[in-house]
Amino acid sequence: MAHDATTTGTGNTELVRVATSESRFARYGLIGIALCFVALFLVLPLAAVFTEAMRNGPGEFFTVLSDPETFAAIELTLLVAVIAVPLNLVFGVAAAWAIAKFEFKGKAFLTTLIDLPFSVSPVISGLVFVLLFGSHSLLGPWLQSHGIQILFAVPGIVLATVFVTFPFVARELIPLMQEQGTSDEEAALSLGASGWQTFWYVTLPNIKWGLLYGVLLCNARAMGEFGAVSVVSGHIRGLTNTMPLQVEILYNEYNFVAAFAVATLLALLALLTLVLKSLLEMKYSAQIAASRRH
Amino acid sequence: MEVRVQNIRKEFSRFPALNDVSLDIRSGELIALLGPSGSGKTTLLRLIAGLESPTEGTVYFGNEDASRKTVQQRNIGFVFQHYALFRHMTVLDNVSFGLTIRPAGRRPSKDEIRKRALELLDLVQLSGLEKRYPAQLSGGQRQRVALARAMAVEPNVLLLDEPFGALDAQVRKELRRWLREIHDRTGHTTVFVTHDQDEALELADRVVVMSKGKIEQIGTPDEIYDTPNSPFVFGFIGESNILRVRVENGQLWIKEHSIGVSALGEADGPAQLYFRPHDIELLDGNGGCIAGLVAMTRRVAGTRHVELDIGAANSKVEIELPPEKVTSDHSRIAFRPTRWKLFRD
Repeated sequence: MAHDATTTGTGNTELVRVATSESRFARYGLIGIALCFVALFLVLPLAAVFTEAMRNGPGEFFTVLSDPETFAAIELTLLVAVIAVPLNLVFGVAAAWAIAKFEFKGKAFLTTLIDLPFSVSPVISGLVFVLLFGSHSLLGPWLQSHGIQILFAVPGIVLATVFVTFPFVARELIPLMQEQGTSDEEAALSLGASGWQTFWYVTLPNIKWGLLYGVLLCNARAMGEFGAVSVVSGHIRGLTNTMPLQVEILYNEYNFVAAFAVATLLALLALLTLVLKSLLEMKYSAQIAASRRH
Repeated sequence: MEVRVQNIRKEFSRFPALNDVSLDIRSGELIALLGPSGSGKTTLLRLIAGLESPTEGTVYFGNEDASRKTVQQRNIGFVFQHYALFRHMTVLDNVSFGLTIRPAGRRPSKDEIRKRALELLDLVQLSGLEKRYPAQLSGGQRQRVALARAMAVEPNVLLLDEPFGALDAQVRKELRRWLREIHDRTGHTTVFVTHDQDEALELADRVVVMSKGKIEQIGTPDEIYDTPNSPFVFGFIGESNILRVRVENGQLWIKEHSIGVSALGEADGPAQLYFRPHDIELLDGNGGCIAGLVAMTRRVAGTRHVELDIGAANSKVEIELPPEKVTSDHSRIAFRPTRWKLFRD
């Protein structure tokens, strides 16, 4: 290889180079490419969203946001997140606890199953619920006769969101809990603690930062989910539209300012998530490092 | 409390980790489970604790069958190899944990718990560190917190898994002496697991030598060292030499040479002669001895280790000589074991 020389020819000032380092040209070149990419594909679109939303001034920005249909979409999105995130917090902790701390048959299968919502297209995730609860499905007629509306209503949207966001908490916790092992729990048990006390006083404090991290990602996805929710929602204005769906409708109606105004809120959520995520990573990197290794 | 382990068998997915193990631990005794890794010593310790349940067999605490009891009900103190301190709690909270989680009826008052935890920290010489977190302590200090935490619940038996395994040699020696002192002062029945024979022989009242899921020998450190009852124990404890010999008319022979050791009452036939490098006497003669050429010498602290080529038996032995005894390579040395043991194949 011509490139693995330990010294460079860029001048006498440069001393022996670290083996893993590249020449100055290569370094700046690579950094430049990365920066261009980030600017073009991340910063520029984000800036466009904000400028489009503010095109006619902040007055109109707030007017379009207070439109009843848009306001209903924001409310619905918050409602769905408030239901889905706590549910997946509980499910995720339970699944991670079972997988990381116990040996049982079918564990590998369960681990794979947890990843399923990530590997399946969100549209399919939505279709699953249509097939399950639709009028031509097994459960459909029974549900109808009892006056229970799942599809094209809030329950369907919540179910689809729970399904899509299920892996976030569990996947964050499984490697973390596996790394921590079971000896802390065994120590608590040997000191006389009950299973619940062990979980509450020992396991939970050990995983709290990883858990928060998972919840954060779960929440971001729950509020931003489009595909699965789109399939089950029915797009009833003011009733079953979440923010991402509302953005699409407004955009298709050439109501650009309104579309971008709602998009701004979603973008702000994304930025807030990123900031919190970075803060968590900075402060508790050691404790959540394990989970980032997968 | 007296602990009896009776005919314990433990399998992990059909693989036997312990096979028909029985052990009586006397009240107040300090006992070591010693063996190479995979010998089942940690499994035995965890079975006594109730962290594992036996496939067959019974564990008695006193006269009570503890086998059906959970780890919580057994009231034991367990010190884990890597301490397993609760990292988000202070030293004081760690030590108090076992008492604070008790149900209201059996829980001492807050002041009492604090007083008791501080007393224990004093006992393990950590006074003044009660507000620290585990991450702010050295390995040896963590070890002592773990011990104080285990003792806080006034356990029936203290169980320690490789208590000094993760410490460096100097701290290890100190803590060893200190653990013996604590044991003598508190009188807890204590079982500890180790793969370090020095630790077991120096610290324990009795040593249980284990190999491949079985107990090879139980005895005081002197008994284990001086009269090992199997080739495994002889080879595992201390340094040893093995030579193929033949017993004939109460004498030991290597090929055509008598080695001047009489083994009266031993049946004729081939055998393995085991002896320790320092249990020898040097001789000048040509007959009635083991002779060899010096292959290598090493000075180890206060003794000189000499490796000899025993031509007749086609093997090597190592003997220990006083450092004043200077030997050159290829010079001839003749000796005779003064203490030895024969094992048949």
